[in-house]
Amino acid sequence: MNDATTTRLTLFNFWVAFGAFGLACFFGMYQVLERSGLFAFLQSPAVYFASVSTHGVLMAFVLTTFFIMGFGYYTAVHSLRQPVWNPRLAWTGYGVCVVGVVLAAVPLLLGKASVLYTFYPPIQANVFFYLGATLLVVGSWFWCAIMLVMLARWKKDHSGETVPLPMFATAANALLWLWTSVGVALESVFQLLPWALGLTDTIDVGLARTLFAWTLHPIVYFWLIPAYIALYCYVPQAAGGKLFSELLARTAFVLILVLGLPIGFHHLYMDPEQGAGWKFLHMVGTFAVAIPTLLTGFTVIASLEMAGRRQGGAGLFGWIGALPWKNPMVLAAILSLLMLVLGGFGGIVNASYAMNAMVHNTAWVPGHFHLIFAGTVVTMYLAVAYKLWPELCGRKLYSGDLALVQLWGWFIGMVVMTTPWHILGLLGQPRRISAVQYNSVLTLSWDPYESLMVIGGFILLISACQFVYILYKTQTAGEKLEAEPAAADDAVRPTPAWLNGFTLWNRVILVLMVLSYGYPILQFFVLKTYNPSAWGY
Amino acid sequence: MQIRFPDKKWFHEKLAGLGGEMSQLEINELEWKWLVVSLAMIGLFVGAIVVTAVSHGIHPPSHVETIDSASLHLSQEFAEDRLGVQPTPLADGSLQVRLVAGRYGFYPREIEVPAGRRIVFRMASMDVLHGAHIPMTNMSTMIVPGYVSEVVSVFPKPGEYPMLCNEYCGLGHDHMWSKVTVVAQENWRAHATGGEQP
Ligand SMILES: [Cu+2]
Repeated sequence: MNDATTTRLTLFNFWVAFGAFGLACFFGMYQVLERSGLFAFLQSPAVYFASVSTHGVLMAFVLTTFFIMGFGYYTAVHSLRQPVWNPRLAWTGYGVCVVGVVLAAVPLLLGKASVLYTFYPPIQANVFFYLGATLLVVGSWFWCAIMLVMLARWKKDHSGETVPLPMFATAANALLWLWTSVGVALESVFQLLPWALGLTDTIDVGLARTLFAWTLHPIVYFWLIPAYIALYCYVPQAAGGKLFSELLARTAFVLILVLGLPIGFHHLYMDPEQGAGWKFLHMVGTFAVAIPTLLTGFTVIASLEMAGRRQGGAGLFGWIGALPWKNPMVLAAILSLLMLVLGGFGGIVNASYAMNAMVHNTAWVPGHFHLIFAGTVVTMYLAVAYKLWPELCGRKLYSGDLALVQLWGWFIGMVVMTTPWHILGLLGQPRRISAVQYNSVLTLSWDPYESLMVIGGFILLISACQFVYILYKTQTAGEKLEAEPAAADDAVRPTPAWLNGFTLWNRVILVLMVLSYGYPILQFFVLKTYNPSAWGY
Repeated sequence: MQIRFPDKKWFHEKLAGLGGEMSQLEINELEWKWLVVSLAMIGLFVGAIVVTAVSHGIHPPSHVETIDSASLHLSQEFAEDRLGVQPTPLADGSLQVRLVAGRYGFYPREIEVPAGRRIVFRMASMDVLHGAHIPMTNMSTMIVPGYVSEVVSVFPKPGEYPMLCNEYCGLGHDHMWSKVTVVAQENWRAHATGGEQP
C-alpha cells in the first residue's frame, strides 16, 4: 500500500521533523555549556534565552507536529488500506506549517522572540513569532481533518467492522489535538496577535496563562500517543510475540483522550489567579490520567514477556534476557519504558497539589520532562524512523549496529543529564537562568552538578548526530531493498461500539471541559481585572 | 443488606448490561488485577493529598485578588513606605511581609524575619511575570501582574537565605534575588526597632 503520495508526504514531514531535532540538539549543547559557567566567553543571557526559546520551539512544536503528521499519513494509509484522502489538502497543510516555522524561526534566531516556548506575556515578542506559531497550529488542523475524514469514510464502507488499532489511536490523537489546540489558538488570535500588532495596548495575563494551561498539558499526550502506537502496534511483533490485549490498548487511548484534556491547572498550582478548589479538581484529574499510563506499561511489558517466553526465556526474569535486544524497536521500547518509570516518579511529585511548591520552576521540572519527552517519546520516534526509513526509501537500514549504539547513547546521555537536574531542583536551582549569580552560601552546593550535565549533553549531541547520519546514509547509500516487507497481521477482534468510535467520548469531553474550565475562564470577564502593557526583554 | 464489592463477575455483569457485543469481551485475570492495583495506587496518592489539604489546610498559594500593577506605588498597600516586614503582627500572631517584584529585584532587597514563626508574604509585580522561591523551603509562588500573591511559610532554622526569582522575566533575570535573613526568635531586631528593618 506504499503509494508514491503517502511516501512523499511521510518523508517530507519526517525531514522537517528530524532536521529540527538535529538542529535543536546543538542549541541544547550550547545551553548546558553556557549554564555550567565553565567557559567565560560563552556567557550571554541574550544568546542563552534566544537559544532556549529556539530549542524549545524546535523540539516541542516542530519535531513533534511534523513527526505526528508524517506518521499519521503512513498509519492511516497502511491500516485502512486506503490512499490519503485529498492529497492536495495534505500538501496545503504541510505548506502552511512550513511557512509558519520559517516565520517563527527568523525572529527566534535574531533574538526578537526570546519569550521561551511558553510565550510569557506581558513580555512581548515580534509579531511574526506569534503569527508563525499560529500558522503551524492551523496547518496541523488540515492533518486532523484528513485523519478524521479517512476514519469516517472507512467506517461507512466497513460498517460494523472494527477500526484497526493504529488508526483508532491516530484518530484519537487528531481529536485530542483539535480539542487541545483551542486554548492556545484563542490566546493567540484574541490576545497575542492583536496586542503584538498594536491593536490593543494591554493584555490579560491571567487569562492568557489559563488558556495556555488548557493546551499545555494535553499537548504532551499529543506527543505521546504516536510513541504509544509504536509500543502497542510495532513492539510486540518486533519482539517476536503479539499484543497482550487489544482491549486494554483501546481503553488506554480513550482514557488518555478523555482524562488528558481537563487537567492543565497543575501548571498553575503556584499562580495567584486561580482558586485552590479549581486546582484541586485538576489535581484529581491529573492523577487519574496516570491510569492509562499504568495500563500501557502493563500491556507492553506483558507483550514483551510473552515474546520472551516464546523464545525460550524461563523463570521470573529469564524472559528479559531472551528478548531480541538487538532489534532497535525492542531496545527502544525497553529504554523508553525505563525512562517512563523514572520520569513518571518525578511527575507524581510535580502533580502533587502542595508538594509541587518545593520543585516548581526548579531544575527538577526540565529533568522530569526531558525524561518523559526527550526520553520516552523521542526514543520511540527514533525507533519508528529506523523502522519506516527503509520502507520509505526502498533501501536497507545503513547500519543496524550503529542504530543500537545510537539508542544506547541517547538513553545514557539522558540519564547522565537529568540526574543532576533532579538533584539541583531539590537544592532549589531555578530552571530558567543562564548563569548562577546569587552570592549565597546555599547556592554554592549547586556547583559540582553543573559539570555532569555537560557530559550528558555531549553524549546526547553525539547520539543525535549519529541518528541523522544513519538516516542520511540509508537514504543516499543504503542497499536497495528487494521486496516490500510483509504487511503485519492485523486481524482484529470484534470491539464494542464505544471502543470503536468517538461520538460518545466527544460529548464526555465537552462536559468535562465546561466543568473544569468554564468558570475559571469566565471569571476574567466577571472580576475587575487590570491588564498590564507590553514589555521588552 | 449485603454489600457486594466489585469483583470480576460484577464487572462482567456490568459490561454485559452495556450491550450485546459486550458478551464477547474477555477480560484477562491479570488485566483485572493490574487495574485494581493501579486504581488503588492512584487512590492512595489522591487520598493522601485530600487528607493533608482538608485536615492540615495545606493548599498551593491561591489568592484570587486583583490589583493594578501599573500604579502599585500609589496603592494603599504596596506604596514604598509600606513595604517590608510589617510592625504589627496579624490577629493570629503571624508576621506579614509585603514585597514588590520588579525587574530585577524584590523590594525591599533585604528582610529579616524570626525563625519558627508563621509568615504571610504578600507580593505584587510592577511589570512582568516573576516567581519567588526560597530554595529548599515551600516558600514559592508565581507573581503575575494584575494579582496579589499570598503565600504562607515558616522557617524552622536561622540562616541566610536567597529569595530567587524563578520565572523568566527578561534578560536580567539571573540577577534577580534578594536576601532573607532568618534569626532566632530572641535575636530578632524588629522587637527593638518596632518593625524597622536593616
Ligand atoms: Cu524576575
